[in-house]
Amino acid sequence: MAATTTVPSAGPISGSRSFLSRLRDGDEIARLITFLFAGSVVLITVLLILTLWQESALSRHKFGLHFFVTRLWDPAAEQFGALTFIYGTIVTATVSLAIAVPLGIGAAIFLAELAPARLSDALEFFIDLLAAVPSVIYGLLGVFIVVPLMRDYAQPALKNTLGFLPLFSGPMYGIGFLTAGIVLAIMVIPYIISVSREVLMSVPRDQREAALSLGSTRWESTWKVVVPFARTGIMGSIFLALARALGETMAVTMVIGNTPTISASLFSPGYSIAAVIANEFAEATGDVHLQALIELGLVLFLLTFLLNGLARLLIVITSQRGGAAAHA
Amino acid sequence: MSPRLRWRKFVSGFMLTMTGVCALVAVSVLFFILGYLVYHGGTSINWSFFTKLPKPVGEAGGGMANAILGSAKLLLLASLIGVPIGFLGAIYLAEFSGSKVAFLVRYAADLLNGVPSIVIGIFAYSLVVLPFKHFSTLAGGFALGLMMIPITLRSTEEFLLAVPRALREAAMALGASKWKTIATVIVPAAYRGILTAVLLAFARVAGETAPLLFTAFGNRFWSPGWTQPTASLPVMIFTYAVAPYEDWHRQAWAAGLVLLGLILVINIVARAILARGIAVPRA
Repeated sequence: MAATTTVPSAGPISGSRSFLSRLRDGDEIARLITFLFAGSVVLITVLLILTLWQESALSRHKFGLHFFVTRLWDPAAEQFGALTFIYGTIVTATVSLAIAVPLGIGAAIFLAELAPARLSDALEFFIDLLAAVPSVIYGLLGVFIVVPLMRDYAQPALKNTLGFLPLFSGPMYGIGFLTAGIVLAIMVIPYIISVSREVLMSVPRDQREAALSLGSTRWESTWKVVVPFARTGIMGSIFLALARALGETMAVTMVIGNTPTISASLFSPGYSIAAVIANEFAEATGDVHLQALIELGLVLFLLTFLLNGLARLLIVITSQRGGAAAHA
Repeated sequence: MSPRLRWRKFVSGFMLTMTGVCALVAVSVLFFILGYLVYHGGTSINWSFFTKLPKPVGEAGGGMANAILGSAKLLLLASLIGVPIGFLGAIYLAEFSGSKVAFLVRYAADLLNGVPSIVIGIFAYSLVVLPFKHFSTLAGGFALGLMMIPITLRSTEEFLLAVPRALREAAMALGASKWKTIATVIVPAAYRGILTAVLLAFARVAGETAPLLFTAFGNRFWSPGWTQPTASLPVMIFTYAVAPYEDWHRQAWAAGLVLLGLILVINIVARAILARGIAVPRA
């Protein structure tokens, strides 16, 4: 968001007038109306959770915990197991973090520690724009640019150099876990950069100066003092990115191959939770099929709910610690 | 200089350069995306893209006029749901609520904001599509509207709280009632920020695809009224990009260029509005 600066807040002013005079002035009416709108947000959220829970009852009762450890997904036989989709979601998210975390933190260090304020703000503007690019556009570029590049250059090169690892073996289609992970990485990097940059900038100045005055180089003060100080907040940005990566639908659906496979090879086509919902929901062939898909949605919801909560907590802890140390 | 110190300086210089490279790589992605879209989309876009219906499968030509109108209708509906709830809810949070209710509303909004868009689609499907028994513009607009609420609410609240207390006190000292203070002093003072919040929320949902797949669905023709399935630009990009027809790919690029152009322009305008200065002096 563009402006997160909080100015010392001016909270509600509590009047000491009587209820009747407040009613006459319209204050009570305004209060009631705005309350209804604010309350509807809570209502919608509760309803969302209830709906996911209730609409997946059939599937939850029929398959129980086996749902999570069964590979078979057969709409015709009404047998559903989510293992291949869970596997695909975890693999693509892991690949994306493996790429996005070093790149994102590196860029955030540059923006927060090295770049002059003007350059940093200008680059942050581009990063914000990058975060606004819709996922279907990433998918479009994934299909027509990344997939051919992977198939013709990147995958053969990986196979020739690291082909002895099972990760980089097998036929090279271009689509698959690795490509989906790369496209996801490109998508989540802006989130890591924005949050990490802000957290790094909240580290008090005297921390850096103390390290430098003890004779450390610029990099040593950054890597051994500033980054550890901001560690919790950076972890928060990573969880935020992970939550995004797990729930991302369009870009993954377009490049993962949509084939339910569990394979050690990252070149193999696969499937993810969000992708199977996107592909099968509108054409679900019966109540159990539909409810199994909704249960997948429930799983996705719970995962992102936990990760987002954890991320917010970590980010708040770090910025408060930075503030406390600065005022000490 | 001792070899050890020289080594440390080398490491420092090297690593710092690497962080610069990381930043360069991250930012250059934006220009790659723009470049490819302008290159591929620019050569495929033409007048009939904006004015014609899609041609039947296999025939070249045609356009996406119905998808453009469909997206406009969906976004209108989304704004009708997302803006009032976000805006008035934020007024309640900033001006009226006690801390417990505010905590609950903020928590719910943040939770809603983090829900994957495909799950929002499932929710809209159960709530709107199932009772009406078919896909509709209404359901798609509802799904997008839900996604607008938390973004509008949280940023509007922040801008309202940033209005200096002195302004409120001045208005109330002149005898204005509370809602009059809000309507004539606080909201006008924060209007740039609120406008920015609404524009950013709008831009965010304009490109959403996943929640439309099984709510607005798709349509190769015009979609009369609000209760029929409708085409939309993001879903058309998806369908056309994964289809095996050369001419559809061309149109997907064109649609991508139009969509991304719209979203980036709104983002830049929103930030420009904010950068021209908050209308009130900061604290």
